Amino acid sequence: MVDLSYTAAADTSPASTVSATTEGRTTRWALLALALVFLAVFLLLPLVLVFAEAFKRGWAPYFDTIIDPDTISAIRLTLLVAAIAVPLNLVFGVAAAWAIAKFEFKGKAFLTTLIDLPFSVSPVISGLVYVLLFGANSVLGPWLKSYGIEILFAVPGIVLATIFVTFPFVARELIPLMQEQGTGDEEAALSLGANGWQTFWYVTLPNIKWGLLYGVLLCNARAMGEFGAVSVVSGHIRGLTNTMPLHVEILYNEYNAVGAFAVASLLAGLALVTLVLKTILEIRYGHAIAASRGH
Amino acid sequence: MEVRVANVRKEFDRFPALHDVSLDIKSGELIALLGPSGSGKTTLLRLIAGLEKPTRGKIYFGDEDASQRTIQERNVGFVFQHYALFRHMTVADNIGFGLKVRPGATRPPKAEIRRRASELLDLVQLSGLEKRYPTQLSGGQRQRVALARAMAIEPRVLLLDEPFGALDAQVRRELRRWLREIHDATGHTTIFVTHDQEEALELADRVVVMSQGRIEQIGTADEVYDTPNSPFVYGFIGESSSLPVKVEDGQIWVADRPIGLATPDAPNGKATLYFRPHDIELLDGCNGCIAGTVAASRRVAGTRRVELEIGGGRQLVEIELPIEHPAAQKSRIAFRPRRWKVFPAQDS
Ligand SMILES: Nc1ncnc2c1ncn2[C@@H]1O[C@H](COP(=O)(O)OP(=O)(O)OP(=O)(O)O)[C@@H](O)[C@H]1O
Ligand SMILES: [Mg+2]
Repeated sequence: MVDLSYTAAADTSPASTVSATTEGRTTRWALLALALVFLAVFLLLPLVLVFAEAFKRGWAPYFDTIIDPDTISAIRLTLLVAAIAVPLNLVFGVAAAWAIAKFEFKGKAFLTTLIDLPFSVSPVISGLVYVLLFGANSVLGPWLKSYGIEILFAVPGIVLATIFVTFPFVARELIPLMQEQGTGDEEAALSLGANGWQTFWYVTLPNIKWGLLYGVLLCNARAMGEFGAVSVVSGHIRGLTNTMPLHVEILYNEYNAVGAFAVASLLAGLALVTLVLKTILEIRYGHAIAASRGH
Repeated sequence: MEVRVANVRKEFDRFPALHDVSLDIKSGELIALLGPSGSGKTTLLRLIAGLEKPTRGKIYFGDEDASQRTIQERNVGFVFQHYALFRHMTVADNIGFGLKVRPGATRPPKAEIRRRASELLDLVQLSGLEKRYPTQLSGGQRQRVALARAMAIEPRVLLLDEPFGALDAQVRRELRRWLREIHDATGHTTIFVTHDQEEALELADRVVVMSQGRIEQIGTADEVYDTPNSPFVYGFIGESSSLPVKVEDGQIWVADRPIGLATPDAPNGKATLYFRPHDIELLDGCNGCIAGTVAASRRVAGTRRVELEIGGGRQLVEIELPIEHPAAQKSRIAFRPRRWKVFPAQDS
């Protein structure tokens, strides 16, 4: 009896209740070190190298590349494509998430799968689909061409491919959020006399705004960085249909390493800005983000 | 505003949640929908609000066919079980929401909306909390804000789904009294859902007892408690004891003896006798009575519960005796229910 009560007391001693895991200090340090080394080698090092390569010959060649008309046009095209694709996907994504999370209808599971499609197929295939749809041998392509509308190897094709590839970001972010929030708030608003639009604007949108912002940031990052699908439909016409990622490739293939890395550093900079914005949002509004995920 | 539910049926994917429900509610009445879980209380409330469409049947507000109207046009105040307060709005904005979204011509100016909100906050006894957010309120306070928000639109009917469901017993009792006061002060026709019979009986003018998508009985607290019209209501509201009996020529028999209760209108055959354990008279001699031996005896608060074996131990019934009563010491007790009812045995 005495022995039993002694072991019971030992089991609840501070040492065994404070830490839920049993790993010793060495194991913990080893795991942490492993994670840090991995991050350094696979994420940090490449990022540093991009900037190092870009400035290898100093500022002058860097700026020469940046102010080159072809680069300027690539930057402009990338921004244009993002400026079209992101707002459209914002609207599509919100609409799709709203439909899936708040309504019951036949084929809902199918629609949910469809939204994931761009994530699950290779971007190259996404691009090829547009070639099939609008190419010279398709039905649509020549017909549109007869009206003077060029899709393939032109800006519209790039925009379409980018929209397709970046479609899931907003919807994916919003669907679980909206499902979790349910329809209670919307029903309350309707019962108070609000119409559909007012309900969306005053009730649904504020409830999802942080999730939405998050989705838009990710969507934007991908829209600017997309290579595969855009590469297939763009035709790589310098100064016309080259986006920044494509321009990087062209410069690199021309053995212009400094130029390639200079443009790449701009893209990396955009990614960093996105990350910083996202982190600021999380720190600044972490409380509000958590609150909007439930009471 | 009178509310009339006329032969309403509601199916969800072929599953009938309500069968042919009819209900007349007078203007200014406070009505409780009472029933076990899944009996269709919320469904009926949502149909009246316009959050669901009836599969068949109509709902009238006064003379107007409300089934043709959208929820916005019906102008009902709905208080949701989990309040559904807008979490990104302050208490004042929550309460003012219904006024803010009105179309231009009927929308009051901002200052007026603010004034109304703080007036309503006074009414629900939360003065001074205008600037708080819902997460900064206790459950009982949220409940009050939800009610104030629903009342802000000057609804024709006030609908509350388990308004006190998520609160502890103490707060429930307080809010119950308070809701009654508000109702008497404002005179809104009010329908609330509850599965707490004490709440329903104490608070409501009339209680609607529901079971399995049907209305079992509608009546005042006294009516549903004293004269339940079905075995279900007998069993669901208050305590009840039941005993299998036989009806022969208007006389009730237990086993092979008549028990001195006459029921001229009941058909001959097997039946079940229902009565309240406390509503009995004890008899000395047994000349037409129910008699049994004491199987168990428990003290329950101010009374004693005695379980009797009737007819050689095949049936058990419960009766209630005063603590001091001499019969409590006896091993054999004879009694007769004072108020009772027989229902023909259900084929099962
Ligand atoms: N949207 C729905 N889809 C399918 N079935 C539903 C739906 N809403 C309710 N039901 C069904 O209808 C029946 C009645 O439900 P209801 O919510 O009205 O019960 P209730 O009396 O309010 O119960 P509780 O006390 O548990 O809230 C239940 O069997 C429920 O499963
Ligand atoms: Mg319910």
